[in-house]
Amino acid sequence: MDVLVNNLPLFLSGFFTTIKLFLISAVGSLVLGTILAMLRVSPVPVFRAAATVYVTLLRNTPLTLVFFFFAFAFPLLKIVSPDSFSYFVAAITALILYTSAFICEVVRSGINTVPVGQAEASRALGLSFGQMLSNVVLPQALRSVVPPLVSTLIALLKNTTIAAGFSVAEAGAIRSTLSERGADTMVGLLWVALFFVVLVIPMTLLQRSLEKRWSVAR
Amino acid sequence: MSSVLFDVPGPKARIRHRLLAVVGVVVVVGIVGFVAYRFYDTGQFDAKKWDWIQYTTIQQDLLTALMNTLQAFAAGAVLALLFGAVFAAGRLSEHAWLRGPSMVIVEFFRAVPLVIMLFFFYYGLPTVGIKMSPFAAVVLGLTLYNGSVLAEIFRAGILSLPRGQSEAAYALGMRKTQVMIQVLLPQALRAMLPTIISQLVVLLKDTALGFLITYEELLRYAGFLGGKFEFGRPLIPVSIVVAFMYIAMCLLLTALARYLEKRNRRSKKHVELDDTGKTEAVALAAD
Repeated sequence: MDVLVNNLPLFLSGFFTTIKLFLISAVGSLVLGTILAMLRVSPVPVFRAAATVYVTLLRNTPLTLVFFFFAFAFPLLKIVSPDSFSYFVAAITALILYTSAFICEVVRSGINTVPVGQAEASRALGLSFGQMLSNVVLPQALRSVVPPLVSTLIALLKNTTIAAGFSVAEAGAIRSTLSERGADTMVGLLWVALFFVVLVIPMTLLQRSLEKRWSVAR
Repeated sequence: MSSVLFDVPGPKARIRHRLLAVVGVVVVVGIVGFVAYRFYDTGQFDAKKWDWIQYTTIQQDLLTALMNTLQAFAAGAVLALLFGAVFAAGRLSEHAWLRGPSMVIVEFFRAVPLVIMLFFFYYGLPTVGIKMSPFAAVVLGLTLYNGSVLAEIFRAGILSLPRGQSEAAYALGMRKTQVMIQVLLPQALRAMLPTIISQLVVLLKDTALGFLITYEELLRYAGFLGGKFEFGRPLIPVSIVVAFMYIAMCLLLTALARYLEKRNRRSKKHVELDDTGKTEAVALAAD
């Protein structure tokens, strides 16, 4: 308990950064992932191919490598000025690019569960492809993929800790500061683990209740 | 490919699609071209930065690093499968004193980030006198995390088998252990094989976390090589090469999963899962 009480500001700021990382990259990857899923089912072959290549590459690369690339290698290309591309921004970029590939797959599996008749009926009503997707198919698809979507977001929350290895002062980085101060790192890490359990359990509960409330009876 | 979302294009739609295709190609080529220009501009195409590939010692070291990655993967995979089978059986047990602790352990290790576990084993435990090599810490972390996920996958597989299977086995006079080992587990394994292998892909990618606790695996070696001044700090070429090594390994595993699934579907022993089993499998695969 002493470790937690004596270093409370450290724990609070660490978890605040973690939650900030999580929220920004969750919104970013949901948006990018949905766009990618729309590209993957589009009637234009080029769009489909581009999205497929992106998803295949990103899904099969370790997240640590993506972090490594954006933290160390990407600044060498000088595409954006090094001052505005802090380690925090690098972490967000890596998390969004990586997670959106998984979100894309989840959303696409949801699109496949929407009955064929829905798309056919929208075409019969004269809706364009974009209208059909955004007004008819996607709303139903997103409802049916709530459980895997929340699982992906939980994985994202846990993945934010990798940023600790790349100079972002979030929950995973509490350890190194603790050991600098000479505090007990083992107990500190147990507290960090406990905090994560406390963060993940409400998300699992949310997952169950959303699943019940939003599920489409077919 | 679900072509049901759109009709076979008519003449007007074909022109529109072609126009969009041109726009798409221009955008993709534009992005790739811009990145290539940045590569050229910052000298990433210089022969000096790619020189390192030709050195035999570096090739050997790269291979050693790859072997270290594969070692951690192999050890972690075998132990995680064992851990998963044991704790899935524990969670399905009729005895509350087995079921309760198994549930707590599985849920706990699923909720804690792997990075925190690795830090705990490598930096935390030595403070109470338990020293661990980076390899042991990586394997232990991979086992506990992926083992818990695999336990849930096995459990979902067993629960989604048709009830007639266990009822028939009990009617034949089999004991609980026999029913589990001889009837339920083999079928569940077969049905969940694609999900299990995709979890193994996750495990393979997670070995890269060893980078954070100084395990000498592929990514760590990439960092070391990328910082070498005599090759002009080839961080970008090295990360590209290493990324392709990881992607190739993961795609091989995925191809294996596809092959097994295809073979499975032809087999007479294949059991069709009910819908809840399938959705649960998808939800777990997203972890």
